[in-house]
Amino acid sequence: MPAAPMTATQTHPDSLVVNAPADMLVLIPAYNESACIANVLRELWEVLPGCAVVVVDDCSADDTAHIAERAGAGVLRLPHHLGLGGGVQAGYKLAFELGYEYVIRIDGDGQHDPRDIMRIYQTLKETGVEMVIGSRFVPGSSGYRTTFLRGIVIQCFRWMLRPILGRPVRDPTSGFVGVNRAALGVFSRVFPLEYPEIEALVVLQRRAFRFREVPCSMRPRAAGESSITLWRSMGFVAHVLLGVFVNILKFDGRTRGGN
Amino acid sequence: MPPIQVFLAAITLVLICAVLVQVRRAHIRVEYSVSWLVAGVLLLLVALCPGLLPYLADTLGLDDRPLTLLLLVGCIFLFVLFRLSIVVSSLKDNNIALAQRLAILEYHLNRNRRYEENR
Repeated sequence: MPAAPMTATQTHPDSLVVNAPADMLVLIPAYNESACIANVLRELWEVLPGCAVVVVDDCSADDTAHIAERAGAGVLRLPHHLGLGGGVQAGYKLAFELGYEYVIRIDGDGQHDPRDIMRIYQTLKETGVEMVIGSRFVPGSSGYRTTFLRGIVIQCFRWMLRPILGRPVRDPTSGFVGVNRAALGVFSRVFPLEYPEIEALVVLQRRAFRFREVPCSMRPRAAGESSITLWRSMGFVAHVLLGVFVNILKFDGRTRGGN
Repeated sequence: MPPIQVFLAAITLVLICAVLVQVRRAHIRVEYSVSWLVAGVLLLLVALCPGLLPYLADTLGLDDRPLTLLLLVGCIFLFVLFRLSIVVSSLKDNNIALAQRLAILEYHLNRNRRYEENR
């Protein structure tokens, strides 16, 4: 049994005080998000006071790490830029070591509404599924208008993943994702480095893990630019297709034990 | 000996010498020099054995010896590059794991330091 996570009554730089579940960690991968990160944290703690938060600073060139630290978040500083997958995996490893049962990942650009976090947490806890995706496209979600090109890309991924996962997934590229400890154990060891969301679904499917989608609202970026630009879209599709194919080849037995 | 084989012999000798010098200076590790040395020795054999290149050309059904030589060099270095890709991938994986471990250890250190300060 791993060390228990800090409880609300313990004084700890990560968990300021109460109300948020003590077994949940919010993970925020951030790269050059100095314009947004303070607001993201402030809004998060307004909704979930005392929530344990770790910002994974992927060696930002700006003040992201200092701002997050001054705001009161735990900051995991990567010594050099690893990309989204490497950063998220570092956060998962830390959360696993700290003994958290549930980790919810949100973006550092303010696009995800922290009020949706508890919906993901409760779904994880009540259903026992290993992963819950905050989906922009299931009934009940609101406020997200995708671009034409991105819409096509997402639709292609839906078609591609349908036979692999054995069930439809509406929002395979969502970065608003919650995982339980079983998935955390897997992702601590195996996690895609580039564009991890889609490949992560395949990694879990190969272990017979389950996922569920819950509605979430998505807002425009508060500042900065998306890392996925028009020019990267083609490379994105090719990379993900190859990654999914490789993960299928890696088939090593369907067990729900995490190994 | 045809000029192209003299040229090939000279180039491969330079390659082999350069690899050995770099290994001696510890700029290339011995295990990673093996691919280059094997490639160099194979090409040197082709250059020094006058009948080998025509034999290979005939076997492959190619009339053009320079083309045969080019194909041979391409194939040999394809294997060298393939082996290096495996090495680079392994190094990248190790590098990522180390960077993550370093960040996590630093996180624990800072957390404990702040915890001690606040006691």
